[in-house]
Amino acid sequence: MKTISQVSIFIENTKGRLANVCGLLGDNNINIKALTIAETPEFGILRVVLNDTEKAKKILKENGFIAKIAPVVAVEVSDTPGGLAKALKVLADNDINLEYMYGFVEKASEKALMVLKFDNIEKAIEILQQNNIPIVDDKVALGL
Amino acid sequence: MIYNEAIECASRENLKNLQSERLVKVVKYIYDNSPVYKQKFNKLGIVPTDIKSIDDITKLPFTPKEDLRDSYPFGLFSTDIKNVAEIHVSSGTTGNPTVVGYTKRDLNLWANVAARSIACAGGKKGDIIQVSYGYGLFTGGLGIHYGALRLGATIIPAATGQTKRQIKLMQDFKPRIIACTPSYILYLAEEMKALGVDPRTSSWEVGIFGSEPWSIAMRDTIDKTLNMRATDIYGLSEICGPGVAQDCEYREGLHIWSDLFYPEIIDPVTNQPVPEGQPGELVITTLTKQAIPLIRYRTRDIVSITYETCKCGRTVPRLSKIKGRTDDMIVVRGINVFPTQIEHALLQVDGALPNYQLIVDREANSLDKLEVLVEVDEKFFTDELQALENIKATIKRAIDSTIGLGVSVRLVEPKTLARSEGKSKRVIDKRNLH
Repeated sequence: MKTISQVSIFIENTKGRLANVCGLLGDNNINIKALTIAETPEFGILRVVLNDTEKAKKILKENGFIAKIAPVVAVEVSDTPGGLAKALKVLADNDINLEYMYGFVEKASEKALMVLKFDNIEKAIEILQQNNIPIVDDKVALGL
Repeated sequence: MIYNEAIECASRENLKNLQSERLVKVVKYIYDNSPVYKQKFNKLGIVPTDIKSIDDITKLPFTPKEDLRDSYPFGLFSTDIKNVAEIHVSSGTTGNPTVVGYTKRDLNLWANVAARSIACAGGKKGDIIQVSYGYGLFTGGLGIHYGALRLGATIIPAATGQTKRQIKLMQDFKPRIIACTPSYILYLAEEMKALGVDPRTSSWEVGIFGSEPWSIAMRDTIDKTLNMRATDIYGLSEICGPGVAQDCEYREGLHIWSDLFYPEIIDPVTNQPVPEGQPGELVITTLTKQAIPLIRYRTRDIVSITYETCKCGRTVPRLSKIKGRTDDMIVVRGINVFPTQIEHALLQVDGALPNYQLIVDREANSLDKLEVLVEVDEKFFTDELQALENIKATIKRAIDSTIGLGVSVRLVEPKTLARSEGKSKRVIDKRNLH
């Protein structure tokens, strides 16, 4: 598997809402491996990579949350100045549109682990591989 | 000033005789000219000769608003469209708008009742009147305009909007009367303050405010803020537009011109009359109209009525201010909005109806604000912020163009909007209008 699963959750921008979602996941023994929030003044989209996506989807749905699963790519970049820039330059040079990206909470190795979302994911994987940028599978990324 | 003393102060008996005579005539006219009504009569086994006096009115069928929608555009007209001099359009509950027509004689009638109403509010020949209702398909502007013309007043047809110019018109021309929605006059007052003009120094002595419900507390506020007398005018396009009923200087109920618009107050569930003074649905029969006369039209407005002679000397009955609605229609900035219209717009966007709720509130500057909360649905949720913002904008555009009013749209989490017995509470009105 060259991709990992990301869960996106719609949350209103109200007090305690993020705590509710994270609490719900924690209570069900689901670990957040990576996380980012895109927000407007009224609402936000919480994007997370979890150690058990299917279970999370079921629990979120049962609790009235709207969640969507999408494939993303986890990429290892060197944790040194310019490490990320190198990977991004490869993508830009090859006209790959990166929708958004964020970092993992913990590192699987000595390198930094990033989550990247593309509109054309196959093409992106192809370019990354051609340029020897390591893609990490879910076993490694999620520490399974 | 009493515009038509013979009618407005007629004895109970004379008024009743006139109403009876007119009802007999209009029933025959409608039966002969409207296939829709003829069918309604036949269904109840009624012929025009069954109607001998105004007391027989309860034998006649009701006309619900749906009859107008179902016969869109001209099906309920009792005359050929070539005899119609003017057409007006207001919002319908869903899909088609409500269309009404006026023959030349109907326009004459409208001018008369609007003139009576302006006089009843305290207007007189020679007064300058600023008409700040919308002109056009909406009946507000033109109705008051025709009435002022008939009365012999000087008209400033200011129409709506351009608030600074409205204030300048007032300062330069010194109109004694202004006609607009009650929320708009308070908005004008706020704008005057912002411009450093004391609203109490305005030239307006009398206000003729209508087309949205408003409370007596709001009337007191307008009186005090603008040092004027705020009066309530009632009308609906189906009956004729503004000029169906109007406050006099005592403001102890709106005089309904019952020689032309016969009122009944009924229990909206049992359809039986309620006792004098008790609230119920206002039902009106137009006794002389030609283009689209209506029999027992269900206004869906909740009012009470009194038949006592008023201190002003008028004997025609008086309606209370509107106490509520039998349906979920709301009036925002003078525009009638039905939740079903919002549904219609949401369906256009998504193809399947998400759950929604309307919140109406009055902002600090006195303008009404309509917010539409829409529950995010699995069908349209995406992890892209921009895509969600685009959906929000599309929803807003669809609603704005359907109801003709700018709304704000807010996306909310699923199952967060209140539901009672499985059906959502669609409208939350925070304005304390009644």
